[in-house]
Amino acid sequence: MESFDLLMSGFGTALTPTHLALAAIGVLLGTFIGVLPGIGPAMAVALLLPVTYGLEPTGAFIMFAGIYYGGMFGGSTTSILLNTPGESAAVVAAIEGNPMARKGRGSQALAAAAIGHFAGGLIGTTLLVLLAPTVAALAVGIGAPDYFAIMVLAFIAVTSVLGTSRVRGFAALLIGLVIGLVGLDEMTGQQRLTFGSLQLADGIDVVIVAVGLFAVGESLWVALHLRRRPAEPIPVGRAWLGRDDLRRSWKPWLRGPLIGFPFGALPAGGAEIPTFLSYAVEKRLAKDKSEFGHGAIEGVAGPEATASASAAGTLVSMLTLGLPTTAVAAVMLAAFQQYGIQPGPLLFQREPTLVWGLIASLFVGTVLLLVLNLPLAPVWAKLLKIPRPYLYAGILFFAAVGAYAVSGQVADLLVLFVIGVIGLAMRRYGLPVLPAVLGVILGPAAEQQMRRALQLSDGSLTGLVNTPFSIVVYAVVAVVLLWPAANALRKRRAARV
Amino acid sequence: MKGTVRVSPLAAALTALAAVLLVPPLLSSGDSDSTGVRGLRVLVPNSPGGGYDITARTAVKSIEDSGLSSGIEVFNLPGAGGTVGLGRLVNERGNDKLIMSMGLGVVGSVYTNKSPSSLADTTPIARLIEEPDIVVVAKDSPYTDLAGLIAAWKATPGAVPVGGGSSPGGPDHLAPMLMAKAVGLAPRDVNYVPFDGGGELLASVLGGKVAFGVSGIGEYRDQIQAGELRVLAVTSGKRIPGVQAPTLQESGVDVDFTNWRGVVAPPGITDTARDRLVTLLTDLHGSGAWQESLRRNGWTDAFQTGPEFGRFLAAENARVADVLRELGLA
Repeated sequence: MESFDLLMSGFGTALTPTHLALAAIGVLLGTFIGVLPGIGPAMAVALLLPVTYGLEPTGAFIMFAGIYYGGMFGGSTTSILLNTPGESAAVVAAIEGNPMARKGRGSQALAAAAIGHFAGGLIGTTLLVLLAPTVAALAVGIGAPDYFAIMVLAFIAVTSVLGTSRVRGFAALLIGLVIGLVGLDEMTGQQRLTFGSLQLADGIDVVIVAVGLFAVGESLWVALHLRRRPAEPIPVGRAWLGRDDLRRSWKPWLRGPLIGFPFGALPAGGAEIPTFLSYAVEKRLAKDKSEFGHGAIEGVAGPEATASASAAGTLVSMLTLGLPTTAVAAVMLAAFQQYGIQPGPLLFQREPTLVWGLIASLFVGTVLLLVLNLPLAPVWAKLLKIPRPYLYAGILFFAAVGAYAVSGQVADLLVLFVIGVIGLAMRRYGLPVLPAVLGVILGPAAEQQMRRALQLSDGSLTGLVNTPFSIVVYAVVAVVLLWPAANALRKRRAARV
Repeated sequence: MKGTVRVSPLAAALTALAAVLLVPPLLSSGDSDSTGVRGLRVLVPNSPGGGYDITARTAVKSIEDSGLSSGIEVFNLPGAGGTVGLGRLVNERGNDKLIMSMGLGVVGSVYTNKSPSSLADTTPIARLIEEPDIVVVAKDSPYTDLAGLIAAWKATPGAVPVGGGSSPGGPDHLAPMLMAKAVGLAPRDVNYVPFDGGGELLASVLGGKVAFGVSGIGEYRDQIQAGELRVLAVTSGKRIPGVQAPTLQESGVDVDFTNWRGVVAPPGITDTARDRLVTLLTDLHGSGAWQESLRRNGWTDAFQTGPEFGRFLAAENARVADVLRELGLA
C-alpha cells in the first residue's frame, strides 16, 4: 500500500493549522462566489487566483480545492432556492430542488445537496487515489464514436424527463437544439444563426439559457399571475432531514458518484451529461415516480453527488496526463504552470508532497464543506421568506448579474431576456423547460462527436461503430428501447393464454 | 419563527470575512512609477486562465514587481476568438491608457468571425513571446520520421487525419495547412479535426485516434520526456532546446511558423504616448522578473517593438488570409 502511506503523509501536509485554515477560507469564499449565478467554480477559481499569489504552491492548491468544492455547492444553492442555476452542472438540481424549496423543504433540499456533494467528493476522491493510473490509461482509449454512443444513450434517457406529453417534450427539445446551433461551426468555422453578430459567434452560454428559461421565465410568469392569487410567503419548514428523507436519499448518494466519476475522468466527459443520466436513473428506480417534477429528494441527492464525483474525476486526467478536461482544470493547470510545475505522467514522481497534499486536501475540503454548510442551509433557506414581489425582483436582478458575469457583455443581457420571454411562452403553452436546456447541452456535443467520428473514418459510416465500447453502449440502447415492447408482447401473450 | 428576515451573527461574520479577503485584490491603489505610465488598463480578449490572460497577468506582475509602474488593472472581455475585445479596443480611439494582450489566434479570428475591425486598425506596441508548434505522434505510431508521414499524407490525405487544439483560423489549424501547401497538397484536402484545446487533443494523439497532432509544445513537454510521444518536427526555424527533433525546413518542408503573443494599443494615440508604452514594455523585457517568468513558463523570448512589430503583423496577416482564402473562410 505505497499510495496509502503517501496519502497519510499527504494528510500530514494538509492538516497543519495554516493549510486547514486556507482550505476553510477557500470553501467559504468558493461558496459565496459560487452563489452568484453565472459564476461557476471555474470563474471562482480564476477570480480568486490572485488571492493565492502570496502562498507557497501546496497552500495555494489546498485553497483551490476548497474554492472548487465550495463553488460547486454555491452553484447548487441558487439553483435550489431561486431556480437560477449558478453553473451548468447545477441545472439538474433545480428540477427537483426548487419545487422542494417552494413546498417549504428548502433546507432539506440544501442538506441533501450538501451531503450529496460530501458523498460524491469522498467517493470520487477515494476512486481517484485507487484508480487514477488505470482510469487514465483507459480514458485515453475512449474516442469520438464512443462519446457519440454515450450521447445517443443520453438522448434516450432524456425521454424520461420529457414530461407528460411526448409531443410537447420533443417540441421543447427542438427549441433547445436550435438554440444550441447558434455560433461558429467548430469544425469548419462557418457562421450559423449568428445574424452577423460577433456576440453570438461563440454560441449562447448554457448558463444564460438555463437562467433565462428557469429564472426569468418563472419570474415573468409569476408577475403575470401574482395578482390573481393571494401572495402567501413560502413556508420555510423544519430545518433537518427526516428519517424518511434519509431513507430515500442514501442510495442516490452512493449511486451518483459511480456515474459521475468515470465521466469526469473522460477527456470529453464533463459534469452535465452524468448529472442528467443520474436524474434519469433515479427517476427510473424510484418507487414513487409521481413525485418527480414536484420535489422528489432523490432527484437532488443523486445528481449532486454525481457532480462532485465528476469533479474529482477531472483531476485524474489532469494529474496523470496533464489533460485539462474542464474549465476549472484548465485554470488549475495554468496555476500549476505559474509555479513552474508541469502536470503530466511524471508529476506523481516529481512532486509527491504537492500531489498527495492536494488529494488529502480534497478530502479535507469535502468534510469542511459539509461542516460549514449544513448549519448554513436553514440560513440560506430563510431567503425565501422574503415576500414574493421582492423575492422575484431579486431573482431577476441576480439572473441579470449572473448573465452579465459569464462574459461581461451587455448583449448577453439582451439574449437572457429574449430567452426569458421564450421561457414565459413555453410555460403559457405547457411546454416543459428542462428538455430545452438539455438540447442546448447535448445537441452541440453530440454533433461534434459524430462529425469527429466520421472525419476520423474519412466519411465511412462504420466509423460510428468500430469500437467495442460503442457496440456495447448501442446494445444497452437497444435493450432500453426494446424492453417496454418486449414486456408488452409478453403480457399480451400471457393474457391470450 | 417570525416572518421577517434576520441575519444571523454567523452569516454576518462570514460576509464580513469574505469582504475583507476579497476587496483588497479588487481595489488597486498607488501611482508611483518610473516611466510615466499611470492607471494603465490591460484588456484580455479571452477568458481568465486562457493564453492571452496568463501572458497579460504575468507581464503585469513583472512590471509591478520591478517597480516600473503600479496599479495596472487587467480585465477580460472574451468572445469570438478575441475579436469582441479587438472591436472594443478599436472603438477606444485615442485612449493611451489601454492596451490589449493578443496573439496569432486573433489574426485568424478576424477572418473566421468576419470581424469589422482588424489588427491593421490598432497601434502595434510589442511582440513578447513565441511558442513553436510541434508535429507529434504516439510512441507506437507507424510514422517514425516526417518523410514517412508526409508520403502517407500525400497519398491519402483523407485517411491521415490531423488533430489540432484550435478551431479553424487558429495556430494549430494554420500550421498543418501551411505544411500541406508546402508539400503540394491542397489545404481543402486536409482532414483537420479540431479539438477543444491541447488537452483533449493529447488524449486523441496518445490513443492513436488521429494520425498525427499539431500543437504548441507547452502542455506536451512532460509526455515527450516520459517517452509517450514522439516529436517528428518542430515548426519554428530553429530547433527547440531539449527536444530531439529537426525543424520542418531541415526535413525539406519549407515552413517557418510559430505561435506568438504580444501587445497592441488603440488607434489614434499620439507618438509620445506610443513611445511611452514601448519604453514600458522594453523596460519590462529588460527586467529580471520577466526573464524569470519566461524561464518558468517555458516561453521563448521574441521581443520586437513598434514599426518592426507592425511589419511583422502585416506579414502574418497576409499569410493567414492566403491560407483561409483557399479554404473559403476569408
